[in-house]
Amino acid sequence: MKFSDFVAVDAIRSHVDSSTKAGVIREMATALVEAGRIPAADLESIVKAIMKREELGTTGIGRGVAVPHTKHPSVDRLVGTVAVSQEGINFDSLDGDPVHLFFLLVSPPDQPGQHLRALENISRQLRDDAFCRELKAAKAPADIQHLLEAADNHGMVS
Amino acid sequence: MQDTVSREVVVGLKQGLHARPADQLAREARRWQSRVELVSKSQRVDGKSILEVLTLAAEEGTHLVVETTGPDAREALAAIVRLFDGNFHENDETVADASGRSSTR
Repeated sequence: MKFSDFVAVDAIRSHVDSSTKAGVIREMATALVEAGRIPAADLESIVKAIMKREELGTTGIGRGVAVPHTKHPSVDRLVGTVAVSQEGINFDSLDGDPVHLFFLLVSPPDQPGQHLRALENISRQLRDDAFCRELKAAKAPADIQHLLEAADNHGMVS
Repeated sequence: MQDTVSREVVVGLKQGLHARPADQLAREARRWQSRVELVSKSQRVDGKSILEVLTLAAEEGTHLVVETTGPDAREALAAIVRLFDGNFHENDETVADASGRSSTR
């Protein structure tokens, strides 16, 4: 799976306004609504579900990266977006470090495979320090989009 | 003493080896001195790294080999295998459904 298979380009944010975990999750979900990828009527329910998932254990998986996610019946295919915080946000990460890179995923309840392959793609790409560094330094959503495209075109990922 | 021991396990999680069980696995693996590796058909990854474990994208039914090498290899292997055997303590039905709909069993 590639980033282009699930990242809603119009919902990419290069500078999050929020400084809290709950805030950034809401901001990203709202971006998906604005991009027309999730119904506005389901925003609250989706944000709540993502927060509930975080309570089960943080998705701040280390290296300054978090993958907040949920399954939700309002989507019929995996949809996601990317956001960057230059300052970093306390996400109760596994390694305690602030999170700069966020990949938010909403997937249909009955398709665990899609979700797994998105996580695979994200984690595989993020092993590349240069990729992480360049994402963090992104000045505009278009920069992020180009970095994701470049990663997609690197091959390897099926 | 650098024993290497290994055992095959099967992913029994309905949702596959997703973020939370991957975290549990990496945490458990890091408790041991031994190197812990997971081997799939196509790759070999460091079991102590959640990022590495997630790159397996191991769905339900996937066969993996857990391989441990080091002074506490046997204990480490047993602990990791126990996680797989116990399905990572997941009640799949509840966990699969974090969307707020009630789910009981």
